[in-house]
Amino acid sequence: MVNFIIKLGRSGVEFLETLGRSGVFLMRAVFGLSLSFKGLALLVRQLYRVGVLSLIIIIVSGLFIGMVLGLQGYSILTDYGSEQAVGQMVALTLVRELGPVVTALLFAGRAGSALTAEIGLMKATEQLSSLEMMGVDPLRRIIAPRFWAGFISLPILAVIFSAVGVLGGMLISVDWLGVYDGAFWSNMQSAVEFESDVLNGVIKAVVFGLVCSWIAVFQGYDLIPTSEGISSATTKTVVYSSLAILSLDFLLTAVMFGGL
Amino acid sequence: MYQRSIEFLVGVFMLMGIAGLAFLAMQVSGLSLDAQQKSYKVYAMFDDLGGLSIRGRVSLAGVTIGRVSNVQLDRATYSAEVEMEIYSEIDNLSTDSVASIQTSGLLGDKYIAISVGADEEVLADGDTIFDTQSALNLEKLIGAFASGKAEF
Repeated sequence: MVNFIIKLGRSGVEFLETLGRSGVFLMRAVFGLSLSFKGLALLVRQLYRVGVLSLIIIIVSGLFIGMVLGLQGYSILTDYGSEQAVGQMVALTLVRELGPVVTALLFAGRAGSALTAEIGLMKATEQLSSLEMMGVDPLRRIIAPRFWAGFISLPILAVIFSAVGVLGGMLISVDWLGVYDGAFWSNMQSAVEFESDVLNGVIKAVVFGLVCSWIAVFQGYDLIPTSEGISSATTKTVVYSSLAILSLDFLLTAVMFGGL
Repeated sequence: MYQRSIEFLVGVFMLMGIAGLAFLAMQVSGLSLDAQQKSYKVYAMFDDLGGLSIRGRVSLAGVTIGRVSNVQLDRATYSAEVEMEIYSEIDNLSTDSVASIQTSGLLGDKYIAISVGADEEVLADGDTIFDTQSALNLEKLIGAFASGKAEF
């Protein structure tokens, strides 16, 4: 019994320590980005690896999710004889919820895990400590560009996801199922508001971008430098990111649309 | 050379993001650059709004000529005061126009339909439409039929 309480206390203290360490780490990563020519070149390189290389999966999933929404929406709405509202349904679902959330989940799996594994392997092969020995701060040279690349890429990817999804929904409902396209667009435009729907979706994506990149780079930097440690840290990145995304999405939705 | 092509691709990526946002703004949410259309305010009092809300349409002969900008309760008369913004180019509505609350379709949105009267004078900024018809309340109507009190 006493042992159990000791264990509980130790894990609580460890949790708080990790949280504090990650907070300090986040601050140093955020302000560690150097805006010199060399620093920006590093950032652009990471933007390519994190953002551009994630484009294919984002565009393809966006297209398919939009098409599924179009099909499902049509088959439900046609029961009420209001299949013109399918555009409104597809657009609101994508812009408010699915765009930011699915993009962030895919991003955590595609880019977040890769960042963790890469930084972890650098730590395991002592590349980070040799950088320190040469007088180069690994937080500025390695961590900050990767963190900022993830933070910048995710909102852009989410916007592209939503846009492609709307086009996919239009492809299905207008071109295949024969919804009148004027009604499709005008219903959508009267239902979707720029500030309250599109901008709130972008704000969600910005928050997810911060959390996902933070978790990914911190798990990589903080892991136990063994092959087992790398694999468990990569798993943790995906699990923690997904849980954080879904619970934060609930909170943000409650604040933005729940009338809180 | 390798670094240059990466920079190009990142630039394309950024541009795609901006294009996506522009698409969401213009085509999906219908934001237009000349959204600040000039308008003047007209007021109307109703006994029952029946679900009319802010941003509702104001239409004449089915064409949108403005929108509902505010709804509030008038404390003195216990009726609802609706503030409408009518586009400035529609400047020939006579003062005895009738404003009625109608429903688009059976279950659609509520909107204000204006039918023009015959008076020579026209409505100006800050004027009030006195001749109004409240929303058709479906529940009351069915209730009246069910209890056999409907009068025609």
